[in-house]
Amino acid sequence: MRTLVLEADGWTGHRAGQHLDVRLTAEGGYQAERSYSIASAPGEPLGITIELLDDGEVSPYLVEEVRNGDRFELRGPIGGYFVWDGSGDAPVLLIAGGSGVAPLMSMIRHRAAIGSRTPTRLLYSSRSWDDVIYRTELEEPADGLEVFHTLTRSQPPGWTGYARRIDQEMLGEVAWPASEEPRVFICGSTRFVDAAADGLVAMGYPPLSIRTERFGATG
Amino acid sequence: MNIISRGFRGRGREGPPDRVPPGQYVTDDFPVLSAGPTPHTPLDQWTFSITGGAEPLSWSWDEFRALPSEEITKDIHCVTKWSKLDTSWEGVSVDTLLEAVEHDAAFVMAICDGGYTTNLPLEDVSDGKAWVAYAYGGEPLDPEHGGPARLLVPHLYFWKSAKWVRSLDLRDEDEPGFWESNGYHIRGDPWLEQRYWGD
Repeated sequence: MRTLVLEADGWTGHRAGQHLDVRLTAEGGYQAERSYSIASAPGEPLGITIELLDDGEVSPYLVEEVRNGDRFELRGPIGGYFVWDGSGDAPVLLIAGGSGVAPLMSMIRHRAAIGSRTPTRLLYSSRSWDDVIYRTELEEPADGLEVFHTLTRSQPPGWTGYARRIDQEMLGEVAWPASEEPRVFICGSTRFVDAAADGLVAMGYPPLSIRTERFGATG
Repeated sequence: MNIISRGFRGRGREGPPDRVPPGQYVTDDFPVLSAGPTPHTPLDQWTFSITGGAEPLSWSWDEFRALPSEEITKDIHCVTKWSKLDTSWEGVSVDTLLEAVEHDAAFVMAICDGGYTTNLPLEDVSDGKAWVAYAYGGEPLDPEHGGPARLLVPHLYFWKSAKWVRSLDLRDEDEPGFWESNGYHIRGDPWLEQRYWGD
């Protein structure tokens, strides 16, 4: 896992939750493109977080090879649905699996930057405490932001948080009742997103209140 | 102008170049992209409709499955950069469906469970280019991949192959559907790399 801060000529700014495309070009002209969620808040230096995939093509380059001053092409921002601009009074429920936390982090940072008081909860599933991205930042949440961790594979000594995959009971404890009409953003693997989204639908959340972003392994 | 990425070699193009459009890579997985929860419509409540023609038409699941079907093997290309070669499907040709209705439309809007829509010129769903598919790899189509039935328009980026499709609305004019209103290209030809607004 690595976070890159990018200096992008002509970048017009983004909305929290959007992504961008990276295009790498090898000597000889071969190109590879991938999409990455933007983890920084609008107006902050542009940041993306890349998870190293063992059989990946672009992620090993971005995680292990690229260094300060290197240049590559960017395209974006992209996407207009999985975004949160800080408008509206409805509470916001963010559910992240692994590196799916990146676009939600942009929303959390945006919320802090604009001084939003929108009640917000983050339910964040990681394999272990060491796998928690943005851990330090999440340990001191802004007012009105509550962070719930679940660690699915291993837990540090004395762990009092959740220690299993997201299930109906956990959602019942963390999510507001549907009557509060929360807006929901879920990002993670397909299986993770389906489990969380199906669980919220079972709690009476209208499907259209739930916005999802799923990643297959895109190397 | 291409900026050379220092130290990047890449794996090189996989798959035959005449089958993998620019900017795509070949995968054996079948990743999923959806904007919301996966709908689960019971088959006894499922219908497929065509609206906007001289008369509205509707088929129940059993009626739909009794229509002549085809086996289709095609390459598919997702705007998120993956391509999957030789995917095999079974379904009803959109030609078969449109033959049943009198119309002079130039465009269709595919309308799906979950509120998803996608727009297509009629010529992109005519003459053996599009199907409503209900089986993948010889098995009933999984809900996460659009089951019970999805549109299949393999010559365009795969968001046009709308999952959970329930009707085609015939139209005189082109209007952007869901992704097309959210930054994605109005037509989506992978060979022209029509990914986003402005391509």
